[in-house]
Amino acid sequence: MTPRRTQAAKEGKAAAAKSPLILVVDDFADNREMYSQFLQFSGFRVVEAQNGHEALEKAFGHAPNLIVMDLSLPGLDGWEATRRLKADDRTRAIPIIALTGHALAGHSKGAMDAGCDAFITKPCLPERLLEEIKSMLKG
Amino acid sequence: MSRSAALRTMARRRGKVDAAERLKLAETLLETDDLATCARCALDWLGRSAGVARGLCLVGSQESPSVLQPVATLAVRSTRAQSFTLDLETHNDPLVAATVRLEASIFGRNGRPAPRTPLESSRLIAIPLHARQALEEYPIGLLIVAPIDPEIETEAKWVAGLLGPRLTALRAAQRRQEGERRSLRERTLLYNIINAVSDPVLLTDTEGRIIVANARAEVLLSSGEDDSEGRRRAVALNNMLFSSALTRRAIEGAEPWRHELLLVDPVDGSDLLFELLSTVTVDPREGTGIVSILRNVTDLRRATQEIEENYRKLRLAEADARAERDRLDLIIDSVADPILVTDPNANIVMLNAPAERLFTVDPAAGAEARRTVQANDAHFSSFVSNLFFEPGALRRSGSIGLVDPRTGAPLPVEAISGKIVSEHGEVTATVTILHDRTEELERARLYEQLKRASSELEQKVREATAELTRQNELLRRSHFEIERASAAKSQFLANMSHEFRTPLNAILGYTSMLLKGVTGELTAHQRRNLERVDSNAHHLLAIINDILDISRIEAGKMPLTLTTFDLKDLVAEVLAEVEPIIARSQLAVTSQLAADVPQLKTDRQKVKQIVINFLTNAIKFTPRGSVEVRAGSMPDGDQIAIAVADTGIGISAEDRERIFEDFRQADNSPTREYMGAGLGLAICRRLAGMLDGAITLESEIGRGSTFTLVVPREVKRA
Repeated sequence: MTPRRTQAAKEGKAAAAKSPLILVVDDFADNREMYSQFLQFSGFRVVEAQNGHEALEKAFGHAPNLIVMDLSLPGLDGWEATRRLKADDRTRAIPIIALTGHALAGHSKGAMDAGCDAFITKPCLPERLLEEIKSMLKG
Repeated sequence: MSRSAALRTMARRRGKVDAAERLKLAETLLETDDLATCARCALDWLGRSAGVARGLCLVGSQESPSVLQPVATLAVRSTRAQSFTLDLETHNDPLVAATVRLEASIFGRNGRPAPRTPLESSRLIAIPLHARQALEEYPIGLLIVAPIDPEIETEAKWVAGLLGPRLTALRAAQRRQEGERRSLRERTLLYNIINAVSDPVLLTDTEGRIIVANARAEVLLSSGEDDSEGRRRAVALNNMLFSSALTRRAIEGAEPWRHELLLVDPVDGSDLLFELLSTVTVDPREGTGIVSILRNVTDLRRATQEIEENYRKLRLAEADARAERDRLDLIIDSVADPILVTDPNANIVMLNAPAERLFTVDPAAGAEARRTVQANDAHFSSFVSNLFFEPGALRRSGSIGLVDPRTGAPLPVEAISGKIVSEHGEVTATVTILHDRTEELERARLYEQLKRASSELEQKVREATAELTRQNELLRRSHFEIERASAAKSQFLANMSHEFRTPLNAILGYTSMLLKGVTGELTAHQRRNLERVDSNAHHLLAIINDILDISRIEAGKMPLTLTTFDLKDLVAEVLAEVEPIIARSQLAVTSQLAADVPQLKTDRQKVKQIVINFLTNAIKFTPRGSVEVRAGSMPDGDQIAIAVADTGIGISAEDRERIFEDFRQADNSPTREYMGAGLGLAICRRLAGMLDGAITLESEIGRGSTFTLVVPREVKRA
């Protein structure tokens, strides 16, 4: 588990070793890093993934407490990744918050159908995401 | 004078002949009843007493008194005498002349030759015999004696004087006797005739008493002491009935009269019906009587009744037959198709009314109609004849082209003929039914037309369908293209929105983090500038959201979520949400809700969006004064009005419509001064339309504006 520890030490000094691990999946690095930075600032441990395959790999590898999943991803998209995670026993219990820049109703429905536990439309201020994550983990 | 005294007087007149002999002759003549005997006695006496040699007495016969025949002779051969007659009608006979003149004549003296007589004497005396009673005496006979001698003449005259009256008397007596005998014979004959009549015949007096009755009548109307009681009673009853009938007859008049009379047969007691014919006879001597003939009509009556009964039956049968015939006629006549019956010579013997119209012609009709009927007849006869020429065939059918004589229109008919064959197998008649084929042909023609029209129609429909399919295909394609274009547009907008949001998300996120001091404390100046970045980023986001809303509404992708909710709660929620802005504005924002505002069933989110828009606009464009939110039912009760009234800058009349257009604000550039994309009201109007509602505006420059949303209490569609 060295990589995790190393990454955690490197990305969030404030994060406690026992604090929840959040997997942030987004292909747009500015947004991914913005959420990651704010969540670490807020005391979470964070791992990042840039696409669906990486998201699955990281999820299986790190067993995060929660996943923030952007739906529009190159290659394996967010919906499919969510379906696979929810189909796998190792990751089924992990809550997933879907994020999308598409404000259309069809997107949220597709996300829920794929197995997402919450759905947030961008733009989403980091505080708003934090609130959602906190309420999800509390539940 | 007595007879003997008279004879004595006569005898005394003569001197030579003894008076006693004369008396004796007279007595003999009177005693003798036979004419011939009298004459012989007289001649004998003349021969004996007066010396007459030969004599002949001629007397007119009973049947023809004018022809005198010999009845007695004296010394004349009877054979000769018998052939001698003297016809008093004969002229130029001296004897006849002497006789008719009633003169005693002497022939053979004084130049008077004697006629030829059976006496064969040339000298003779002829003395007529007559009754010597009336002047116009008719001679009964002639006495001829010979020879001529005065004494003989005297005696002969005397004897003739005796003999004439006596013979006349005898002849009269003889005639009387003969008449009586004849009368008796006639009566007997009559009686036999009457009796021979099998009908009772009676002569009665006017009181009904029987004068004469024949045997048959006596059986009915008379009885003897030794007859049975029943028979006597029957006879009494018959008499009573008969008298009563006669009495009635007497009352009713003298004309010959017939009457029915019911009597009882006294022999067997059965009823006998008679026809009583009675006639009144008036006889001057016998008085008035009634001749009645009873004709037994019992059998006649029975026969008559039987005949009547038979006749009645016959008439009934006849009536039945006639009714049957009438019914048959009626049936045949009521058949609309012409029916004809023809004899084996193809002559029409019977036809019904429709057939009459084709095969008979009104004498008043024109030559054309007559020719038509003749032609029809010829066609028909030829058709029927053909059937007769086919020995085996019983039926024949075929088409005949007739012509209607009334209209001259062609009348194609189908003819069906059937032979009527007698028990003996000979054809007695044919019956033909003609069926008008005009309609059938017309129908066939119409059917043909219809079929043609139908196929034409079908063709047209096929063509039209093909065209429609083609058009549909075009339409489908064009629709598909529109859809694709629309989808492309929506996709573009969605993508654009996404592409906007992604960087905007980063801008907003990092700005937010910087302001939160994630990367360390900021100077006041830095913070102020960063806040401007944040504000503009939010504004940009609002514009993007508005554009997205409009494109979603336009694309029909804005979902309508109907819920039932309380308007009061909604207004409170709006006020709470806008509270930060209200707080900043320093305006008096109040709400005025009618107590009876009912619950709404509509899209709560959209109503809320519209009210928030109204309220934020009102606050934005009201520098001072107040803003009031009002809600209440419209007068019709089916709609709800929610209004936001402000005391703001107001909107000019020309701007009142423009502000609802996209990207417009009243001053044409207030996006800077008042912020906002200018899409709010355009979206509100669209949202109101989705809710079947509308937005109205009242405003006055410098006095304020009132925006009102009117929506149905319940959105009818899902």
